[in-house]
Amino acid sequence: MTGGVAAPGPPRTPPRFDDAQLAEVRRLQALYPEPRAALLPVLRMGQETWGYLTLEAEAYVASLFGLAPAHVHEVVTFYTLFYRRPVGRHVLAVCHNLSCSLRGAEGVIGYLEQKLEVQAGETTRDGRVTLLRVECLCACEVAPMMQVDDEYLGELTPEKIDAVLEGLR
Amino acid sequence: MTPEPVLSRNFDRLDAQSLAGYRSTGGYQALRKAFELGPVAIAAEVKAANLRGLGGAGFPTATKWGFIPATRKGPVYLVVNADEGEPGTFKDRYILERDPHALIEGMLIAAFTIGCHTSFIYIRGEYVRPWRIFSAALAEAEAGGLVGDHVLGSDFAHRIIVHRGAGAYICGEETGLISSLEGYKGWPKLKPPFPAIKGAFGQPTVVNNVETLASLPPILLRSGAWFAGLGTKSQGGTRLYSVSGHVARPGVYEAPVSITLRQLLDRAGGVPGGRALKAVVPGGSSAAVLRADEIDVTMDVDGLRDAGTMAGSAGVVVMDDTTCIPEALYVVARFYAHESCGQCTPCRECTGWIFKICGRILAGKGVPTDPDTILDVARRGTGTTICAFYDGAIGPYISYVEKFRAEFDHHIRHGACDVRPGAPASPLTGATAH
Repeated sequence: MTGGVAAPGPPRTPPRFDDAQLAEVRRLQALYPEPRAALLPVLRMGQETWGYLTLEAEAYVASLFGLAPAHVHEVVTFYTLFYRRPVGRHVLAVCHNLSCSLRGAEGVIGYLEQKLEVQAGETTRDGRVTLLRVECLCACEVAPMMQVDDEYLGELTPEKIDAVLEGLR
Repeated sequence: MTPEPVLSRNFDRLDAQSLAGYRSTGGYQALRKAFELGPVAIAAEVKAANLRGLGGAGFPTATKWGFIPATRKGPVYLVVNADEGEPGTFKDRYILERDPHALIEGMLIAAFTIGCHTSFIYIRGEYVRPWRIFSAALAEAEAGGLVGDHVLGSDFAHRIIVHRGAGAYICGEETGLISSLEGYKGWPKLKPPFPAIKGAFGQPTVVNNVETLASLPPILLRSGAWFAGLGTKSQGGTRLYSVSGHVARPGVYEAPVSITLRQLLDRAGGVPGGRALKAVVPGGSSAAVLRADEIDVTMDVDGLRDAGTMAGSAGVVVMDDTTCIPEALYVVARFYAHESCGQCTPCRECTGWIFKICGRILAGKGVPTDPDTILDVARRGTGTTICAFYDGAIGPYISYVEKFRAEFDHHIRHGACDVRPGAPASPLTGATAH
């Protein structure tokens, strides 16, 4: 589940790591019994650097591992936390699984869609927020809940959601 | 109910995250004792404790360790499954965030027992805060000489590598987790060979759940017999129940596995708002649902198996009488359709088709044969796949339809819900209007 509408962004330069990052790649590759095990951490580092993972980025990462780009592509496309399209400066991931549904997840999503004027899966026109539906984040005790970038936020009410949106720049 | 907390003993201590705080409660004394006992005696104690894996499968922990070949070439690995993802389950997050050293101590005990010098902890990618807290605790443990070349000044060397997932439920399946750890998509592997023979990086590997490992320090500090005595004949101890949904006080509840589901719901304050209980999922969303008249069952592995469901991950999801069961199944079926890894045709296709059928029932476009089609499709796929994912998915498919058949039939006949005919009153208290 990646972002839907492309957010505007600066002109793209080819995805490359700097020397410090390349040293980190080599450290990670040496950390594991087999270098390939560093692929997920390196892809995460790439996404944190470039915002999302293009086919070009996949090919570049593949070259660092001596892999065919297709082997990196099948990994990137398998996991929900790897974005293949631009996402907003903030990502709101609303759980729509069972416990959250029982406690009003659809209302949360509907409220956010209305406030942000996007559908789930899309990014606001100003590139500020991407709204996603996600499966269980394992914080059912505070349902309905969502992940706001790195943080979990639960027991959502319209007031809480308004306050969160207010704080996102 | 629980005379004294065992696994949650430090959950309310703000300083338990720090090494000093954990040590002040007797932390790492069990590890010291482990070194005195030696691997054989530790395994015997864990066997006597009747400890069963608390991630979902309920396999006896000491037996799992025992599958590691005594003679082998190369290293043996311990992999901690912190890829908590079973819907309705959140207890491993509590351990990672509130008592990370209990997990580290448990890892060291397990590693020492199986002769492992490198372990991996696989933390789900969404768990950023738990990862930060665990990593900070690990750094303190390394600095304190608890993890490294000479654990507690002994000759036992151990290092722990923290590995983060990237969003995929299937990576909670132990061989899917190994694939993911190795840098591949999280496709489960055909067994045999089992991980104990050929696991991570082709080496003998034990995959243990977070809570299972956190149970080890109390077992060694007290005794296996004491831990066994807390539970039932076939499963020792207490465990952490994640209770959510329509209950007054959702949260993690520690209880002996001999507790009944009714008692557990009472502890969580029962169904609020004067409404009645309708159904409960007792062990994460893959467990068959129980009706309100089926909750006088004990919550141990065998008790719930005898009741036609499973203890699973001990994620208890409560549904009151305003719950539309076809809609609940739609939500659950959406999850399995989304998370099926796509490797095995029966799972990939059946989860997709069942989700579509659930969707058309909710949309008022169901046909009279739909409930039987769901049951038929569910049963045809079971036992035909590499891992237990699909066998888990059929738990809800079959039980929701069989136990609440009239609701499905009503939806199909009238194109509308008989449980919640009106629109939701508030956007945040109602569920999907349909």
